[in-house]
Amino acid sequence: MAKIIVVTSGKGGVGKTTTSASFATGLAARGKRTVVIDFDVGLRNLDLIMGCERRVVFDFVNVIQGEANLRQALIKDKQNDKLCILAASQTRDKDALSQDGVERVLNELAKDFDYIVCDSPAGIERGAHLAMYFADEALVVTNPEVSSVRDSDRVLGLLASKTRLTELGNGRVKEHLVLTRYNPQRVEKGEMLSVQDVQDILAVPLLGVIPESQSVLTSSNSGSPVILDQTNDAGVAYDDLVARFLGEDRPHRFLDVQKKGFLSKLFGG
Amino acid sequence: MDWFGWFKSKNVPTANTARDRLMMVVAIQRDQDGRRNATGEASAVSYLPQLREELLSVVRKYVLVPDSAVQVNLQRESGLEVLEMNITLPERED
Repeated sequence: MAKIIVVTSGKGGVGKTTTSASFATGLAARGKRTVVIDFDVGLRNLDLIMGCERRVVFDFVNVIQGEANLRQALIKDKQNDKLCILAASQTRDKDALSQDGVERVLNELAKDFDYIVCDSPAGIERGAHLAMYFADEALVVTNPEVSSVRDSDRVLGLLASKTRLTELGNGRVKEHLVLTRYNPQRVEKGEMLSVQDVQDILAVPLLGVIPESQSVLTSSNSGSPVILDQTNDAGVAYDDLVARFLGEDRPHRFLDVQKKGFLSKLFGG
Repeated sequence: MDWFGWFKSKNVPTANTARDRLMMVVAIQRDQDGRRNATGEASAVSYLPQLREELLSVVRKYVLVPDSAVQVNLQRESGLEVLEMNITLPERED
C-alpha cells in the first residue's frame, strides 16, 4: 500500500520544494520506489530543483485531462531509477486540477510506488487543498519566523479537518514538523525562535531541523537536490530526516552553535 | 546624537517577543477554527480573546476607548504563567 505524504507550509519560500526534492531523493536512495509530484500548477519549479526541466514533455494536468498517460508523463531520475518526477503544468487555468482527476492519478501511482510525495503550492487555495486532501502523512515545513509559524498553524488546522482521512472518519493525517533555515547562532543570541519555541507553539512532533546553509542555493543552481551533498550540514540533516521518517533513531544535530577550534578559527575552516 | 544608544548592543533579543506574540495569535486562530490542541485539551489561552472583549465592554460602560485600549497578554516563563492586562485610558482634553 503506497503512502501519500504532502509537503506543505502555507507560506511561500520556506523550503517546500527543496524539502520535497531531498525527501523523495532520500527515500529512493533507501530503495523505496518513490514518485514526487509538483502540485504548483502555473508555477512549475520542482523540475528545476530536481534538475530534469529539459525532460518535461507531459505534465500532471496532461495526465488528468487524458492528453497523456502516466508512463509518458513520469520522468525517471537520472541517478536513481527508483525515483520518478511528475511535473506541474504551466497552464494558467486554476481549475485544471480536479479532485476526481487527482484521485485517479494517485490511485494509479499507488500500484507502482511505495511513496507518493506531493509538493504543495504555497497558500491555502485549490492546489494546496488537493495536495493535502489524499495524504496519509504531512511534512509541515516551517521557518523560525513569525509569519511562517502562524501560516503553518493554519495549515495544521486544515490538515485536521479538510482531508479525506478526517472527512471519512478514518483517523487523521500524521503530522511532522520540519524546521528549515535554522540558525543556531541567532537562536543563541535570542534573535531567532528556537526549535523548542516552535514546537511549543505548534505542538507537532519534530522530524528534522535543517540548518540555514549556502549549499541549498548552490544545489538548486545546479539542479541537484541538496541531500546529495553529504559534505554539507543541510544535506546531512535531510539524510537524518529521511532515516527518522523510516523509523531509524537518529539524534538531532546542528541545533547548537558549533564551537570552532583554535586552528579552524585561525584558518577560517 | 544618541550616544547612550550608540553604546548599547544593537541586537536586542526579540525571539521571546516573537514567541509571546505567536502564542497569542495561534490561540486565537485555533479558537476560531474550533480546534483543540494536540493534547486534546482546549488551548490554555483560548479564553483570552473573549476575556479581552468582555473587559473592553466593561471599560466602555465608563469611558469611551478604542478597541486597542485593552491589551491582554499571557507570558510563560520557567513554568510560571503571568497574565498581563493593560488598559490605556484616553488622554484628557481639558
